[in-house]
Amino acid sequence: MEEVLEAEGLRVHYTTRRGFVKAVDGVSFRVYEGETLGIVGETGCGKSTLGKAILSILPPRTKVEGALRFQGQDMGSLRPDKLREIRGKDIALIFQDPMTRLDPLFTVEDHFVETIRAHEHVSKAEAIVRAVKALASMGIPESRMKHYPHEFSGGMRQRIMIAMSVVMNPKLLIADEPTTSLDVIVEAQILEILADLRRAYKMSLLLITHNLGIVAEVCDRVAVMYAGKFVELGGVRDVFRQPIHPYTQGLLHSVIHLESKELYSIAGHPPDLVDPPPACRFHPRCPHAKEICHIEEPAWVEFRPGHFAACHFGKDFL
Amino acid sequence: MTDSILAVEGLVKLFPVKLPGIQRFLPGRGVAVHAVDGISFSLRRGEIFGLVGESGCGKTTTGRTVLRLLEPTAGTILFDGVDITHMKESELRPLRRRMQIIFQDPHASLNPGMTIGQSIIDPLLIHEGVTEEEAKAAALEIMTEVGLSPAEQLYLKYPADLSGGQKQRAVIARAMILKPQLVVADEPVAMLDMSIRSRVLELLLELKRRYGPTYLFITHDLATAKFICDRIAIMYLGRIVEMGPAKDIYADPKHPYTKALLEAVPYPDPTRRGRKVLPSGEVPDAVYPPAGCRFHPRCPVSLPTCGWEGRDFVDFLELRWLSPEIAAAEAAIGPVEGWKSKGLIASRDAQDADPGRLADTVRTIVAQVKSPMTEAIDAVEVDEETVVVRFRPPAALEPKEVEGRIVECLLYGGQDLEPAPTIRT
Repeated sequence: MEEVLEAEGLRVHYTTRRGFVKAVDGVSFRVYEGETLGIVGETGCGKSTLGKAILSILPPRTKVEGALRFQGQDMGSLRPDKLREIRGKDIALIFQDPMTRLDPLFTVEDHFVETIRAHEHVSKAEAIVRAVKALASMGIPESRMKHYPHEFSGGMRQRIMIAMSVVMNPKLLIADEPTTSLDVIVEAQILEILADLRRAYKMSLLLITHNLGIVAEVCDRVAVMYAGKFVELGGVRDVFRQPIHPYTQGLLHSVIHLESKELYSIAGHPPDLVDPPPACRFHPRCPHAKEICHIEEPAWVEFRPGHFAACHFGKDFL
Repeated sequence: MTDSILAVEGLVKLFPVKLPGIQRFLPGRGVAVHAVDGISFSLRRGEIFGLVGESGCGKTTTGRTVLRLLEPTAGTILFDGVDITHMKESELRPLRRRMQIIFQDPHASLNPGMTIGQSIIDPLLIHEGVTEEEAKAAALEIMTEVGLSPAEQLYLKYPADLSGGQKQRAVIARAMILKPQLVVADEPVAMLDMSIRSRVLELLLELKRRYGPTYLFITHDLATAKFICDRIAIMYLGRIVEMGPAKDIYADPKHPYTKALLEAVPYPDPTRRGRKVLPSGEVPDAVYPPAGCRFHPRCPVSLPTCGWEGRDFVDFLELRWLSPEIAAAEAAIGPVEGWKSKGLIASRDAQDADPGRLADTVRTIVAQVKSPMTEAIDAVEVDEETVVVRFRPPAALEPKEVEGRIVECLLYGGQDLEPAPTIRT
């Protein structure tokens, strides 16, 4: 399969008053054509920063290291205008809260016309025709083109955002917690829309979420992120059935679902990324930690074909 | 002593909508959000009762109104057998120490200018008139109990120094220090990360074992409610649609909305994927809740008697005309903005066209599309220059007892269905 995106040794460091925050600290992965890769982790693990780094929309004075290749092109060497061309056209982004991402003074039509004409030299009329089609495929009638964002429900706004992201037919769609502010039924509706779109347009989807249920339902592969690093990456079935890293095991165990028999939680708290624990970052919370886990950073090992993890004792969990 | 610590009967809470400018003074404009619209339930001593529903269903409003943090519009609230519905604040105050609330957002429910210790002893100082030393001793004890240790150190910290989980523990300590009989827990774990959520739930269960309070547990998360509640009430747009023992409802949900909610919950097992049967659309505006059963426009198993009305017909046309071909073929009766609805009626001014022919087009569509909505149409008529689509009034909807629970749905309770209507011309 052809790869759409490749990240190698990606590092993102924010400068804060308290020091460097290593939000993403040496992350490597590939996104293949037509696949859905989930990035799952808890608050502050760096998953959103990772998404922003791919689009280079990080705040100024953020240090980014490592290589990022989109369809073979090195994104780091691109001029800003070239980058702008790719962003929004070939790589699109859907955010968590659609209300704050739509301009309250712009109608839906304005949003579409601006987006389309920023990337292609088409007439306004043609842009509108395309917008109407994209919206209709999301179940939003033409009669609502002149409406403002506040006149829509949360689910409709997210549909508008999705329609706007896919109207340029992107190769890669990055969705950062796309359903977190929505109710469970609308969430399920939006997830089905995303799955349909991916099939229809053959685009790749990078889905950033904290919800393991969503990962199980829509992703092909999943990367588990903890304190700025990937701890595990593999096919969804492998990772859910036979998780290798103790953090993944704990996270899966702690999900409360409709068939939960007991309550489980991981001891301790996620670490402070200004001063993360040395070696394996999970060792202070890990029930299996031994001396080596405090001293030596575990290697990224392929324990099964396509199933990677960074744990000194990964073999024990196979 | 009565059986129930809290008994709510016919509770209504409306929030008037402030209209802009002159509209405020026009007659017939008294609009309001129907947040809670006639619900009854009671909490048995020592149980965990879950109010479950999506955002905007009225569960939080219910929780606040039963504590009289909001004034009820109608209905009665009995706390431990005492009617507190209209009790004066001065009379209510002694009762307040027996009822406490835990809010959803731990970051917003602690005063950032007060230390954790000050926040926790505050209720003691207000309600029990103890000295500061006594209060501190009690606070340290409850802090250790909720897992805020070392308590001595954390006592002097400010909320900003604590993690989200620790803050929520402080909020719980503050609620529990008075050993209340009723605790309203409003989404107490929704803001916490998955890996620590269970610990806070376990804490709530542990405190219940120790002090035996009754919890009114408000949540949107069906899985959490299943795990900790004895009985649950499922709310939709201000109404309770199903209520009963949690075990029974999860094993065999009766109301179509309960079924839909359970179906939609993502399940963390990739081998169990599949297309879901989901209700269409979203929760409608609570200012103008649908007639009849409020879930009827989205319900996958609705009946012609469920409450179909004029605006459902207009919504139907709007969706139908998403297809450009159909919209073009039926352009004579479009666009959708030309349609008006009021109660059981949808109408369109014929303008220059022949109203009789427009009515025929509408009749053809109605005859073509077999659905509970079209079957609920009483007549398509011409009234002077207007085409009128009129619906039959809905069947009366009452909560009914069905297999050990209360369900508000026409599918249950042996309501006779009317025979499919024929379109009068």
